[in-house]
Amino acid sequence: MVVNASQDDPEKARRFREAALPYLDDAYTLARYLLRDAADAEDAVQECYLRAYKHFDSYRGPAMKPWLFAILRNVCRAEYARRKTAPTAVEELPEGGDQTPMWNEAPETPEKQMLRRFDGDTVRRLVAALAEPFRETFVLREIQNLSYREIADVAAVPVGTVMSRLARARAMLRSAWLAEQEQAK
Amino acid sequence: MTCEEAEVLIHALIDGELDAGHAREVEVHIEGCAHCAVLMKEYQEIRQAIAESDLRYKAPLELRRKIEKALPQPQPQAAPSRRSVLRGFAMGSAVSAMAATGLVAIVLRNDDEQRIENEVVSAHLRSLQAGHLIDVVSTDQHTVKPWFNGKLDVSPPVIDLTAQGFTLIGGRLDYVNAREIGAVVYKRRQHVINLFVAQTANTERKTAKVSTLQGFNIRRWSDRGLNYWAVSDLGADELSEFGDKFESAMRANKEG
Repeated sequence: MVVNASQDDPEKARRFREAALPYLDDAYTLARYLLRDAADAEDAVQECYLRAYKHFDSYRGPAMKPWLFAILRNVCRAEYARRKTAPTAVEELPEGGDQTPMWNEAPETPEKQMLRRFDGDTVRRLVAALAEPFRETFVLREIQNLSYREIADVAAVPVGTVMSRLARARAMLRSAWLAEQEQAK
Repeated sequence: MTCEEAEVLIHALIDGELDAGHAREVEVHIEGCAHCAVLMKEYQEIRQAIAESDLRYKAPLELRRKIEKALPQPQPQAAPSRRSVLRGFAMGSAVSAMAATGLVAIVLRNDDEQRIENEVVSAHLRSLQAGHLIDVVSTDQHTVKPWFNGKLDVSPPVIDLTAQGFTLIGGRLDYVNAREIGAVVYKRRQHVINLFVAQTANTERKTAKVSTLQGFNIRRWSDRGLNYWAVSDLGADELSEFGDKFESAMRANKEG
């Protein structure tokens, strides 16, 4: 078989497929939680893969999943910006919102009680209700199983911020969990 | 350590992200602080509950298709057109003519075969996740077969093997080797069998080969322009039995 320049692309595409497509469900899951809309999530993931392919030549690591997520996150932020200018803008937390002390979130004296188990749909709803950027940090950690270092790279923040956001996210989720439990009684 | 500090570090402790020294400090604090001890327990419970719920989403097939279409196709010269495959079906003797006119059959190299077997096993694993197994649920071959029509260039043969001990439970579209292919799903007892079927320009019959990959058995064969991969956690003997029953049913269909 004659090797010529035009075969570079199929070869690159083949390597890209093998490296990136196994994470399609992961990317779609992240986009669903970040954008909270199925159609927007689809568009974002498609755009993410096209950008990733374009930059695949310069990809040297880190692991493929966080690399894709970092691209996807930028695509999603562009979508936030678009929504902000749209009439039905989704309300965003002001910058530095994660500086609020977390102990305001949780009831002062937690009582010893068994937490109730909820079905998947309820848990998804509780997670989806978390405010940005806590939802992002939480999903990257608990659903995507990224390390703190990887989350820091994806979200472009220091590890310390990942830690405080995750603490706040879990505190908010715990409150929501207890409230849901109270309501279900 | 104050509660304020502990309430942040508890999480890093749960996640195994603390070094031994800090982990010990948090543990010491928790031993002496009922408030933080209860919090930690609750966080662990929530974490456990999250881990046990299926909170993931599956990418729609349409999305996969759009991304695949946007990428340069591998081996673009080798993808058989529907017509060439049908011609292969219709006129066995036309195969040599096809070769003569430059329609070269795809002959998979060994490493390609290995790679595809890997992909087939990944597709099988994907299908076992909750809610991913079946797009069309039916034990009736006359429902499953038409469902594939129009979704694929060549729809896979769907054969009822209930009498032979393998229950047809449905069909699914999947992606293997950068192409959309059909998967026909069977069950024996609690074991799922995915039968992946892809067209090939090579109409030569290839006898079955059984291999094992990541703990799954794969029985691969080719017949009349179609490649088959049956994947399951069933033992090699039962999977071979499945393949034999399928092939003899196909032969009976052809003769009948």
